Amino acid sequence: MATTSRTSTTHAPPPEVTRAGHVPRYERAAGELELEAEVLAGYLAEFENVDAIMTAAEKVRDAGYRRWDVHSPFPIHGMDDAMGIRPTILPWLVATGGVLGLLGGLALQIFANAIDYPLFISGKPLVSLPAFIPVIFECTIAGAAFTAVFGMLVLNKLPMLYNPLFKSERFRRVTSDRFFVVIDATDPNFDEKQTLQLLQSLNPIAIERFED
Amino acid sequence: MTVIPHDQLPRLSADEVDNTVERPGERAPLVLGGKDLTDVTDTVTSITLRKTPKAWYVAFAFSLMLLSLLGITVGYLVTTGVGVWGNNQPVAWAFDIVNFVFWVGIGHAGTLISAILFLFRQKWRTGINRFAEAMTIFAVMCAGIFPALHVGRPWLAYWLFPIPNQMGMWPQFRSPLLWDVFAVSTYAAVSLLFWYVGMIPDLATLRDRSTSKIKQLVYGAFSLGWTGSNRHWHRFEKAYLLLAALATPLVLSVHSVVSFDFATSQVPGWHTTIFPPYFVAGAVFGGFAMVLTLAIPARQFFGLKDIITRRHIDNMCKVLLGTGLIVAYAYGVEFYIAWYSQSHFEQFHFLNRIGGPYGWAWACMTFCNVVAPQFLWSKRVRGNLAAVMAVAMFVNIGMWFERFVIIVGGLHRDFLPSSWGMYMPTWVDLGMLAGSFGLFFTMFLLFCRYLPMVAMAEVKTVMPESHPHEGPHVNRHRFDYWPDERDAMPPMKKGEATQNIRDWTGL
Repeated sequence: MATTSRTSTTHAPPPEVTRAGHVPRYERAAGELELEAEVLAGYLAEFENVDAIMTAAEKVRDAGYRRWDVHSPFPIHGMDDAMGIRPTILPWLVATGGVLGLLGGLALQIFANAIDYPLFISGKPLVSLPAFIPVIFECTIAGAAFTAVFGMLVLNKLPMLYNPLFKSERFRRVTSDRFFVVIDATDPNFDEKQTLQLLQSLNPIAIERFED
Repeated sequence: MTVIPHDQLPRLSADEVDNTVERPGERAPLVLGGKDLTDVTDTVTSITLRKTPKAWYVAFAFSLMLLSLLGITVGYLVTTGVGVWGNNQPVAWAFDIVNFVFWVGIGHAGTLISAILFLFRQKWRTGINRFAEAMTIFAVMCAGIFPALHVGRPWLAYWLFPIPNQMGMWPQFRSPLLWDVFAVSTYAAVSLLFWYVGMIPDLATLRDRSTSKIKQLVYGAFSLGWTGSNRHWHRFEKAYLLLAALATPLVLSVHSVVSFDFATSQVPGWHTTIFPPYFVAGAVFGGFAMVLTLAIPARQFFGLKDIITRRHIDNMCKVLLGTGLIVAYAYGVEFYIAWYSQSHFEQFHFLNRIGGPYGWAWACMTFCNVVAPQFLWSKRVRGNLAAVMAVAMFVNIGMWFERFVIIVGGLHRDFLPSSWGMYMPTWVDLGMLAGSFGLFFTMFLLFCRYLPMVAMAEVKTVMPESHPHEGPHVNRHRFDYWPDERDAMPPMKKGEATQNIRDWTGL
């Protein structure tokens, strides 16, 4: 039985390594000073489909890298395992946010209607818990929902409007139809040559150095 | 066995593949036209990035005209007083509250699609969730205007919130009207968060696709530096799931709390325990009608037929029919309970609902909400966009009349005949209702023009390309309606099917 492989056949020979955002010296304006020496920030390798990126991610994981990432236009089912990502603590934060919202809603109502300005309505007790339930419920949801969103952003270190990856023209397709493995130069395992060899062995369609 | 690589599969348009038929064991394709990831990005981003079409300006001018009517009527009311409305004694709640409940209800379909259908893994929601969520937010904006004006002195509307003030006074937390303030404002805030969070990856797509510097800057700022990192996706998906899980009870609570405004009162026809579920079902019913009203023209006009497919329309029609039946049942139960209660006033209210001076409104409501949706039992009607649009329009009108029947119908004949009265809307009432549609359509048109109308990242996850096809990661459940692809799969090994089900269900 014949099966065509869309990942392996099209990608020999190994791609040429290019540099992202690099302006050759002769193209810079005369007298323009190079204020900081550009430092190698890492490599990015581009892949065409989910099969290729999954296999690549497993190999990078098994090579023991830590400061690396997979970038994709959509969340890929199974990628967390392929990358070896541990579950996030976000649910615990959200639960905490919800409990704080609950207590906050309860405290607000008791303080407002029973302590600060005792409000008698048709002989009902000042702290009438059943009547407080709707507001407590809404406060719980609000506390949890705000924690979910802002907790996610904080854990993801967003907003981060500067990112050396944005210098790469190639990387702009990550939000549309391409998949990238990015290995950061600060990774303890990072080696300019060996990391490059590893990436080449993954059969990407392109590899780029990106600088910070 | 011949093998056709995925990129050489026949490109079929929305009209050629009938994805409304059910094939047991197969998943209907949700993106047609042979579109791949790139095509989805192109189709959706081009709506925003291309030159503004002339028809958009025409529609926008019309909406602005209606919106200015809202401006005029609100300005007139604020400078003159709520007496410019037709509200009176005994009908102290009229168009303002009818419109409020109507608009809040419209919003519910958006959250149902984005949250409840997400929890139920209804993958077809991805094609329509973004603009349904946008619709939610704009509907809640429209809704918010009316109670704020109804307080009489809108510049003091902040008294509704527990803000410490020089009078040392607090809101009365045992009042359902105060619960409403919390429910609706929480709902607005959470819906906005949900909408925005889901949009971050798509805003990043627009950032990366736009060529103008200003667009790059604006979309860049709002996409917060999103890079599609899997470490980010991991937390993003968790946050999204949690938001869906939180928004689900929230949306059920919102219209329940709105119904408490009536149910906790003593007015015949209002004082009933069926209201919370009945209001929620009605809200979803009316909201889906509005989603259809917007989706059918939008998919034609913006070229989204392959993403919002016939199947999406078909499914929405089924939801409309299902919730419509719940509403019809609730209408019936109300009459039964009135008889069963042996309460003189309840019985009079419901007889008066049919035979009283507003009997025509009841007839209109019943025809629009009970009779019209029954046509959706027929698959032919569900497949006929003009017919679906007509039913949706009937439901839009019917759901507005439902609130009119409940509110005005409840108040104009209460316990003592000496305090009976009638209600007539003034031009300000009618202008404000039309004007609120102006606000809604203006916001919606701006949204269509400047924001990603379809959740691209989410649509991509329901496409075949989002799953591995070869090697150790193959997911064998991804069968769809193209037989060539299915035949290309190697036959399963012994025990593989069971194992797959185990992997799939996690049991």
